[in-house]
Amino acid sequence: MRCRESEFDKIPGGVSRRDFLKVCTATAVYMGLPASLGPKIAEAATTAKKRPPVIWLSAQECTGCVETLLRATHPTVEHLILDLISLDYSETLNTGAGHQAEEFRAKSIEENKGKFILVCDGSIPVKDGGIYCKIAGKPVLEILKETAPKAAAVISLGSCASWGGVPSADPNPTGATPVYKILEGTGIPIINIPGCPPNGYNFLSTVLYYVTFKKLPELDDKLRPKFAYGRLIHENCERRPHFDAGRFAEQFGDEGHRNGYCLYKLGCKGPETFNNCSTLRFNDMGTWPVNTGHPCFGCSEEGVGFNIPLHTPAEVKNVTPAAVQTPINVDHGGGMSAGAVALAAGVAGAAVGAGAVAIKKIDQEDKNQD
Amino acid sequence: MKIKRRDFLKGAAGCGVLAAVGQPTFAEAKKKERLPGALGFLYDSTLCIGCQACMVGCKKANNMPVESSDLLPIWENPRDLSAKTLNVIKKFESGTGLNKDQETDGFAYVKRQCMHCVDPGCVSACPVSAMRKNPDTGVVTYNKDACIGCRYCQIACPFNIPKFQWDSAFPQIVKCQLCSHLLPKGEIAACCSFCPTGASLFGPTNELMAEAKRRQQMEPGKYYDFPVSSIDSGKIFSQKAASYVPQIYGENAVGGTQVLMLAGVPFSKLGLPELPEKSYASTAESIQHTLYKGMIAPIVVLAGLFYFVNRSQRDKD
Amino acid sequence: MSEAKPVGGKVFTGPFLFFLVITLIGIYFLAKRFMFGIGAVTNMNDGFPWGIWITYDVVVGTAFACGGYSMALLVYVFNNGEYHPLVRPALLASMFGYTLAGVSVFIDIGRYWQIYNVFLPWYTNFNSILLEVALCIAAYIAVLWIEFSPAFLESKTGTKSKVNKLLIFFIALGILLPTMHQSSLGSLMILAGHKLSPLWWSPALPLIFLISAITMGYTVVIFESTLSSFGFKRPLETSILAKLSLVIPILLVIFLVVRFGDLLMRGQLGLAFSGNLQGNMFLLENILHILPLVILASAKNRKSAKMLFLSACFLMFGGLLFRFNTYLIGFDPGAGWHYFPAIGEQFITYAIISAEILLYMVFVKKLPVLPGQEQARA
Repeated sequence: MRCRESEFDKIPGGVSRRDFLKVCTATAVYMGLPASLGPKIAEAATTAKKRPPVIWLSAQECTGCVETLLRATHPTVEHLILDLISLDYSETLNTGAGHQAEEFRAKSIEENKGKFILVCDGSIPVKDGGIYCKIAGKPVLEILKETAPKAAAVISLGSCASWGGVPSADPNPTGATPVYKILEGTGIPIINIPGCPPNGYNFLSTVLYYVTFKKLPELDDKLRPKFAYGRLIHENCERRPHFDAGRFAEQFGDEGHRNGYCLYKLGCKGPETFNNCSTLRFNDMGTWPVNTGHPCFGCSEEGVGFNIPLHTPAEVKNVTPAAVQTPINVDHGGGMSAGAVALAAGVAGAAVGAGAVAIKKIDQEDKNQD
Repeated sequence: MKIKRRDFLKGAAGCGVLAAVGQPTFAEAKKKERLPGALGFLYDSTLCIGCQACMVGCKKANNMPVESSDLLPIWENPRDLSAKTLNVIKKFESGTGLNKDQETDGFAYVKRQCMHCVDPGCVSACPVSAMRKNPDTGVVTYNKDACIGCRYCQIACPFNIPKFQWDSAFPQIVKCQLCSHLLPKGEIAACCSFCPTGASLFGPTNELMAEAKRRQQMEPGKYYDFPVSSIDSGKIFSQKAASYVPQIYGENAVGGTQVLMLAGVPFSKLGLPELPEKSYASTAESIQHTLYKGMIAPIVVLAGLFYFVNRSQRDKD
Repeated sequence: MSEAKPVGGKVFTGPFLFFLVITLIGIYFLAKRFMFGIGAVTNMNDGFPWGIWITYDVVVGTAFACGGYSMALLVYVFNNGEYHPLVRPALLASMFGYTLAGVSVFIDIGRYWQIYNVFLPWYTNFNSILLEVALCIAAYIAVLWIEFSPAFLESKTGTKSKVNKLLIFFIALGILLPTMHQSSLGSLMILAGHKLSPLWWSPALPLIFLISAITMGYTVVIFESTLSSFGFKRPLETSILAKLSLVIPILLVIFLVVRFGDLLMRGQLGLAFSGNLQGNMFLLENILHILPLVILASAKNRKSAKMLFLSACFLMFGGLLFRFNTYLIGFDPGAGWHYFPAIGEQFITYAIISAEILLYMVFVKKLPVLPGQEQARA
């Protein structure tokens, strides 16, 4: 075992084997994979001959997506993300700058043609030829169009890249457009990981899945990985029992709010937002907006976050009736019991019998009288 | 002794009076109209998400006990209206049961409670006026101090609403009274104030009728504003209009009700009976009033009978 | 035939003890009902709020107790003094029938301690058919006891009291009141509306119930007279019953014409042949009305004690079924609701019937009820 342990010494940053396996197992669990796949993921992550190169493009964004990824307090994630993959270009994290960085990007793209993963955060302005976001004097629209066809897959990280996000909010002055729309019809595999910010582990899990299985995870019709976006926040919310029992906070600070009741009436968009916040939570300490007392505002859901006013009630999705809900026609019992039927039948039989005997005797009596 | 022809004719004449009494002319009772101040609520099945908040609100406001059923042993899960439950949300499901407000392969919710009829059968039936219709609001209320527990109101209700405490030695009838105890405080019925989506909307019935008619004109799939809680609450919820069936339940059923309903599936699927426009109460009352108007007919008959009995006794002596 | 005389004889006979035991069992369940509520002994529920206690004890019970009413109608209105000997036994049966119906109502209603509310003017609801039924039945019970009072007086004083004007008024009232409430027992179910099958729901229900009740009255007189002759070992009164029985086919024709005329006019007769329980029960009910009509249409059959008794049995069962159909079998409050009387519930009804028989046996033995005989048989 000692010798196995030594393999992990290769991992910079002094991650112990134990800690590393923990992360990989957790990742497996996040994705809904069996926990036993943890070692497989660890193996894939450590034994890959060449770490998958990643080009990280930032368009109209706030860097929140990168920040949340880096500031996840799980001690080793930043190391993993930097060491699992070969992050060849990232405007936020580049050591180099200016022409040097741009040159390295071009070089990496050429070297890893068809192999690198393109991560894009931020929406792409298309109005006026895309002049509202330029990198090195070049509209990001053009950079994306050049780069994407050479990538193995594109990950749109965050709501801006996934469906437009804040920059696309009405009146959308820059013509902010999601990445998948720019690349529509190119046949390049695209994964959306929306959220403002998205949960770092959803991104990490997607990448690890790709590294492990050499394919993209299962996606929904909005190109989101199903393991993370398959269910409504509402479905696994810790306040859900209050919703089911009709206990709502009516106003901030009222009795219901202080008692931790459901925030639906305060405009919680959990019932129409598909994400795993309610189970995965943030910052490795089990916190997320709803448990701090603020309604979910639907940041990751297209047409909800930045579109519907914060305190407007959500249009509840998936309202199919619960199994325990009472149907139109229920059986109320009160039917026949064997004893009751036997008693009634016995009495009726006795009455008929008595009647028959009476008729016979009356007949005799009648004849006697005549 | 044979029946004398003369006596027979006399007797027959007497019976003729009885028969005339027994053959009501069905003097049409005047159709009862909605009171101008009638209160009620509009239940819109298409807005209902089945959250059952109204049921919780109802129990809380009316101090009703919890009721768990054998559907699943959870703490509160009534199967139907009962002596413990004044208000219940029921589900309709068909086929795959996936599409809201669709008759095939769909589902829909329905809320059941007292409809607060314009011409209530229970009020007509009650021998001791324990069931009363409020002369201003038209809310049908129950007075346990008058009630003798005969349960004729249960027979007379077309919606099977009044429930009886079968397991009590000192039972009462229980039914929704539209939170009559809250109305004087300026509050609204609990089911409406608890409803998060505006599916139960409190208000004067005539305003609710206008609202219901407005909703029926809506183009399905387009966004419209829907008031929440009560029609004058000022709280608005923007929502896609559903495809409504072209019927406002309660507009005409048994002479009209103060609770109105809209739905996306036919009401018969939601367990609501198809009812005639004429209330059963008015049919029964018109017969009864024709027979016993001012007690004239019975008194005339009694006088006739007195004559006959007297005569037969005289004949005998 | 002579004046009425007590039958005499032992009170504690075998049948007496049998009915006493049933009455005692009923009293046990009755105690349970008053301690733990109606649900503890009955199967009545919110769908079927009225069970056999109302249907049998009150609706059928008072119809079977119409003997006094029907005979009074015949004797006093149609002036047939000939049938006078049959009046008093019929009146006694009516008195018990109605009194026990009153007792049943007291058992059946949930808030019996407030029953006097029916008489309080400030609670009166003039639209309520049930109020009319309740007041009429209450008044009629009182009238029956007054009408029967001469029997008590005779047994005390040994002399026949003179019928005074006051008693004539009560006799007249005793004809009016059943006319009112027996028809209203039909009107009661008009309010049930769609819950009652169109085979029975009809605006003509009051008329149909009234005709049926009068028919029941004569039927019961034949039935009871035959049975008590048999039971108390007295000669059969076939000759007088034969004459009386002529009324029944006439009434039955009227009943059936009104019943089927109404169904045809409302176009609901087809339901009778739907093959379901309600349709079949409707057919059975009407067969039980048509059979006695056929039997009693023949003068020869009317003179046969056997045939008279047989038709009376058919007709009583027919009348019973008609009322059960209207109140229970034809009543369908919606899917999921079922009713079949529970054991305790049944026993309370059997106890009431038993109590009625017990009291009848005691009364005819101790009081001048049945027509006296020149020569009592062994």
